[in-house]
Amino acid sequence: MSELKLMKGNEALAEAAIRVGADAYFGYPITPQSEVIEYLMAQRPEERTGMVVLQAESEIAAINMVYGAASSGKRVMTSSSSPGISLKLEGISYLAGAELPAVIVNVVRAGPGLGTIQPAQGDYFQSVKGGGHGDYKLYVLAPASVQEMSDFVEDAFAIAYKYRAPVLILSDGLIGQMMEKVILKDQQKRMTDEELIKKYDDWATTGKTDRERNIVTSLDLQPDKMETRVNKLIKKYAQMEREDLRFETLNCEDAEYLFVAYGSSARIAQKAMELGREKGIKVGLLRPITLFPFPKKQLFDLADQVEGILSVELSAGQMVEDVRLAVEHKVPVEHFGRTGGIIHTPEEIIEALEEKIIKNGSVRHHKTRESSIL
Amino acid sequence: MTEEIIIAGFGGQGVLSMGKILAYSGIMQDQEVSWMPSYGPEMRGGTANVTVILSDARISSPYLKVFDSAIILNQQSMDKFEESVKPGGILLYDPNGISHHPTRTDISIYQIEGNKLASEMGNKKIFNMVILGGFLKIKPIVKLDNVLEGLKKSLPERYHHLLPINEEAITKGMNKVFLIKIENGVFV
Amino acid sequence: MEVLDIIKPENQVFCKTKLMTDTALSYCPGCGHGTAHNLVMEVVEEMGIASDTIGVAPVGCSVLAYDFMNIDMTQAAHGRAPAVATGIARTWPEKYVFTYQGDGDLAAIGTAETIHACNRGENIVIVFVNNGIYGMTGGQMAPTTLSGMKTSTSPYGREIETMGSPLKITELVANLPGVYYATRHAVHTHKHARKAKKALKKAFENTRLKKGLSIVEIVSNCNSGWKMTPNDSNDWMAENMFPYFRLGDIKVNGKLK
Repeated sequence: MSELKLMKGNEALAEAAIRVGADAYFGYPITPQSEVIEYLMAQRPEERTGMVVLQAESEIAAINMVYGAASSGKRVMTSSSSPGISLKLEGISYLAGAELPAVIVNVVRAGPGLGTIQPAQGDYFQSVKGGGHGDYKLYVLAPASVQEMSDFVEDAFAIAYKYRAPVLILSDGLIGQMMEKVILKDQQKRMTDEELIKKYDDWATTGKTDRERNIVTSLDLQPDKMETRVNKLIKKYAQMEREDLRFETLNCEDAEYLFVAYGSSARIAQKAMELGREKGIKVGLLRPITLFPFPKKQLFDLADQVEGILSVELSAGQMVEDVRLAVEHKVPVEHFGRTGGIIHTPEEIIEALEEKIIKNGSVRHHKTRESSIL
Repeated sequence: MTEEIIIAGFGGQGVLSMGKILAYSGIMQDQEVSWMPSYGPEMRGGTANVTVILSDARISSPYLKVFDSAIILNQQSMDKFEESVKPGGILLYDPNGISHHPTRTDISIYQIEGNKLASEMGNKKIFNMVILGGFLKIKPIVKLDNVLEGLKKSLPERYHHLLPINEEAITKGMNKVFLIKIENGVFV
Repeated sequence: MEVLDIIKPENQVFCKTKLMTDTALSYCPGCGHGTAHNLVMEVVEEMGIASDTIGVAPVGCSVLAYDFMNIDMTQAAHGRAPAVATGIARTWPEKYVFTYQGDGDLAAIGTAETIHACNRGENIVIVFVNNGIYGMTGGQMAPTTLSGMKTSTSPYGREIETMGSPLKITELVANLPGVYYATRHAVHTHKHARKAKKALKKAFENTRLKKGLSIVEIVSNCNSGWKMTPNDSNDWMAENMFPYFRLGDIKVNGKLK
């Protein structure tokens, strides 16, 4: 039965992991995401569904437990916050290289270094530009509500298994710690071992029967074989861009200016948009729901309509680089965002729009795709 | 209808749970709700605050600079949030431990002696329910029935025997809250 | 007897286990890895558990173990095999999961994963091949390199004052309650190999009985890394390694020897 509840983002995510029938969760405590493993432990998921939950000795161990379970076909998840994700990156690169499906959650806090435990969005580069070593990308979902913290778990597993690739849910301390109404989906059955063996018999290490042995590895010492492996990954990423891009637009039909924001910043920018509209500023919002794939074409097209774009993120300016690349200098693109765990207010955002974009008047560069290549 | 509320005080005063009960009550009457706490070291013995929004429509930002209502339970929070009340908004506070009282004249300021009333009732833990009662008297944004239902939902079952005293505390708060008049920066 | 007669099935007295592939071993001639691989696979075959056995090979000379072992295998990051094995064993409690790790992998970069998998008593087998050197990367100092032993990163010999002592990790983890069986063997002679095989069998048997973690250390040679002929390296191992890394059981059936 679907259920209506008031829950923290972290708890909704944990509950969703049980309900989608995940086989295992491996994690390590770190603020502001410790509620995920705390909630799971309290729920006795081994009794509810048979799901395994284990507190590992480190984030490194946790991601490698994920690697092990995923290599044998099990649906497995881990979560952490920024410094912990840095530790997991080796394992994430291995997951991508070995083509293993898994869900990784980052409830971002402010950095660099130990930083602070307050919300931030400074892990954008780490999330969408690889992060770990080698030529790989993560499919990145950015929830902006407690409901999405719940819903995206199912979506993330679907993508992970569609592509046999690790998927990242990029949340932050605000979405993880806040409570909202959430509609929880019905409990799904975990796959039985027999079903799993049948379904993933062509790759999972479930024990060699009459078939050829299955080997899970990211190693190809022969350069030509390794290049083939990389090319296969690149093809997957291209397919993700074609088939699984997600975004949302608000008030863009008549917009003269545009906010681009994801996750918690999208929520705050939406309020800023409301304030702006009250003042007579026609501003819209484009919210990337996936950060990779990124809504490049939508931004390129919107740049023909608006006078300027403000990229809003709780960082020193990371996503703004991708917005600029997408817009190809057709209109000014500026960044606004607080760092260090300070959350920007809707008022600050609208002031930034006025100061950085509107004040400068219309400076449209009439570029076409062709001319911009020069 | 949208109501944007900040509740701020010391950790341990029941600030976060008061917000949670408000949020639950909102859900009981089919509203959209958000509950955004301050978290981390400042909670441990320091100040705690929570932004609660109840709305008939989808809530945009769960984090705000200005509020329709502020419920203020210590001096640090008074210093921080008095200016955050929208003109025409309300500020409700407990005078216990407050040395610098609010002075704004463009908002309505209410007092409730929550600490004192809770002590008189013999249970300091119901302090936050006295305050909540006071707030609901001024701003009846949620029905009492829904509050009690919300309380039931947010309290673990082993505490359900405490529901009557909580209800009593809310009623007490409703009866004891009062408006303060300020002229030339001083109480009258 | 002619060669063609000798290889007739009816004349066969010994054959390679089917669980070893026909891929030529990539190990240096004289290296003990091949024998160790063979023993593990023989045990798995004899126990009839091949279809329920999953191996984990992390970084090291044996990173390509999956080319030689004809079972399902997962390759792990350097040092992380016990965590990877934990992930498999916890979600497949009826399977036989083993790791095959070298000294640098198990006793240096993967120390945390080793100790905690042991401490939790994961129901797995750790096969630990200790040759006192990083063979794959070209003969650098390992945590188990003996005092005074020359390697490419201790060219004047391992200096205990600055580089620490060779780590007896099997003794160390044997003290943890989660470890049910800890033993040390060698494979350079038939006699030693037979004993090692018995130990491996006991370890996999422990998995079947869900007794927790078994660690079988195999002290082995690295003739290339030690810059010796295979025979000399075996003699040197017996003379120098065995006195420090003493062969025999350390913990049996949960009891320290």
